Amino acid sequence: MSSLPRPLFLFAGVVLAFTAVGFGQSWGVSLSIVNLCLISAVMALGLNMQWGYAGLINLGSMGFAALGGLAGVLVSKAPVAESWSVGGGNLGLSVLMVIATVIVALVGRRFMARGALRNIVTALIILVGYFLARAFFDPAVEAIESVDGAKTGYLGGAGMPIIFSWIVGGAFAGAAAWIIGKIALGLRTDYFAIATLGISEIILAVIKNEDWLSRGVKNVTGLSRPVPYEIDLQTSPWFLDLMTWLGGDPVSGSTIFVKLCYAVLFIGVLLILIWLLERALNSPWGRMMRAIRDNEHAAEAMGKNVTRRHLQIFVLGAAVVGVAGAMLTTLDGQFTPGSYNPLRFTFVIWVMVIVGGSGNNWGSVLGAFIIWFIWIEAEPAGLWLMNLVTTGLDESDPLRLHLLRSAPHMRVIVMGLVLLLVLRFSPKGLMPEVRRR
Amino acid sequence: MTEFFNALVLLTNFVLLPGLTYGSQLALGALGVTIIYGILRFANFAHGDLMSFGTMFVILVTWWFQGMGVGIDPLPTALLALPFGIAAAILLTLFADKTVYRFYRRRKSAPVIFLIASIGLMFVYSGTVRFIIGPADQQFGDGARFLLKVQEFKDVTGLKEGLAIKLSQGLSVGVAAIVVIALFWFLQRTRTGKAMRAYSDNEDLALLSGINPERVVFFAWLIVAALATIAGTMYGLDKSFKPFTYFQLLLPIFASAILGGIGHPIGAIVGAFIVAFSEVTITYAYKKFLRYILPESWEPDSLVQLLSTDYKFAVSFVILVVVLLVRPTGVFRGKVI
Repeated sequence: MSSLPRPLFLFAGVVLAFTAVGFGQSWGVSLSIVNLCLISAVMALGLNMQWGYAGLINLGSMGFAALGGLAGVLVSKAPVAESWSVGGGNLGLSVLMVIATVIVALVGRRFMARGALRNIVTALIILVGYFLARAFFDPAVEAIESVDGAKTGYLGGAGMPIIFSWIVGGAFAGAAAWIIGKIALGLRTDYFAIATLGISEIILAVIKNEDWLSRGVKNVTGLSRPVPYEIDLQTSPWFLDLMTWLGGDPVSGSTIFVKLCYAVLFIGVLLILIWLLERALNSPWGRMMRAIRDNEHAAEAMGKNVTRRHLQIFVLGAAVVGVAGAMLTTLDGQFTPGSYNPLRFTFVIWVMVIVGGSGNNWGSVLGAFIIWFIWIEAEPAGLWLMNLVTTGLDESDPLRLHLLRSAPHMRVIVMGLVLLLVLRFSPKGLMPEVRRR
Repeated sequence: MTEFFNALVLLTNFVLLPGLTYGSQLALGALGVTIIYGILRFANFAHGDLMSFGTMFVILVTWWFQGMGVGIDPLPTALLALPFGIAAAILLTLFADKTVYRFYRRRKSAPVIFLIASIGLMFVYSGTVRFIIGPADQQFGDGARFLLKVQEFKDVTGLKEGLAIKLSQGLSVGVAAIVVIALFWFLQRTRTGKAMRAYSDNEDLALLSGINPERVVFFAWLIVAALATIAGTMYGLDKSFKPFTYFQLLLPIFASAILGGIGHPIGAIVGAFIVAFSEVTITYAYKKFLRYILPESWEPDSLVQLLSTDYKFAVSFVILVVVLLVRPTGVFRGKVI
């Protein structure tokens, strides 16, 4: 099999496409797409771990990405001292109540025999604990949200450099995945898919509605940056020297420079991840994961703990998605829960994995670049197509106006068609999984 | 005593009626999911968007009728447009089956492949709907608003609390009842219906006894498209039509189907009502209700709302997970494929 030329050819095509955008539209646009492609690639790697290595269908990547984004806020924003002083105490008490409830429930269960009575008692303990926690939680929330609601009205963060949020975001997503996995793993594949789809909606609902945590849909803007600001660059002598040496305009040069900085950071993360993942795949652990994926029962008969391994890879994959979510918030410089939707953060990422090639890390990266490129460029392409189709119509013709307005939605159809075509005619993806021994 | 009746009316108005309405809408949706599960044996993620596609067509035809001045006042024009929407949805599903699913059926692909294919179709349906009608909210109900108005009820009973029955609520429940009866008559009494049940029960045995699988699948899509369009139209008349909301309905619909026992039609209906009533009762604020039934000194000062309405998905999810853990076959012992 001539496996080498094809991937090279495909990646060369990607580079060519971005160069074309660079010359055709602008280098700034091209680089913005590259940055989002890199983030999507990290997300796709996370899903590929779960689906490609272990055969788990996780339709909840939106939730994990949002948790990563939340980490961006909680790590980088300065703490709001007033909120902590008015609501911190009660909030802490309510957290204690939750912990106490869990401990009482667990201990209670240990001391009672199995049966209906035990379940009823557990339910009662949880119910009482819920109301106790709410009794402290509600006033705390009210106090916190009333602190200068237009600007803060939340607890703020830890005031650390935002780059740490990439790790914290991964930890958040991994922790959430551990809880979800403990409950939902062991379900059949399709039930698990439905359950993860549900949990991601719940995570997002919490982030949107708990204003004390991250201002909910009021958004948190102005997050700090790991890279220099354009305005500082434009006044610093070394950058101006660089620009005169390159013969470029300092204003547009500074935006491109900032985007390049981000790209370098993201490429770093991506390469580290791929290196780790490739090593993992080639280790006995990777062999075991493939064995479990290909035949769960045989692997179980060989003494492998399938549920535990599934939990492990689910947590790891979710953590990678969380890292990507934090990277996205960092790039945006703001956290906007309203912008998360399952189509873009779950299903498009899925298309990337399937198109790139399930089980192949480089395939996921390739898929991310190709699919994100189509997702972004389908919009201008759709507009161009609609303009072409409707040239015969009058400027103010309602049909023409409607078609032009609706053109952006064409990319959703294109995405579906790409997925269906690849699934039908090249089910292993553009870069099929490499057979390893 | 009046206090007690006031409390009862309050609960009927804000819990019982919305629960019944939402439950009937969910039941129609869950029946569709469960039939696909029984016959084609996969979880159809495109179901929510199929609902929105059918409903979109109903809305377009409704507008056309309204433009021509055709109507069936006091009933909403959408009822007149419903057959057109159903026809469009049927054509769409049959086309999708021919171009997408049949290939995998012939190859006897794993259910997971069907699931991923349904995600692809979900994209196509949802993009088509957004392309044609846009992602925004649409109101398309016309005709009379209420079967029973608050003031009328208050005048007759003399109670402080009013009871209002919206026409859309009555329609949802009535139409769902008729559709369900027709469906069960079809499944129990007709030759094709029996063939479908046999096929769902044991594919190999059904094939041995000469049942044509393509015919069974054809009728399954026919029924599912009709159910989805009716469910979507009823939901849209009752609330409003928004493509994304219809996608989100997937979760309660799946929860209902799984709760009742997947592949089990009666189970889907029972599951739908359990899910609907759980959502409504858990997100209802009981403050006013308690004020009526409790002595004055016990009056609560908070809203007494167990969960804010923003978290209604959590209810479906919890039900889903509890069922899957405690009784994976569902209440009515559906199949485990």
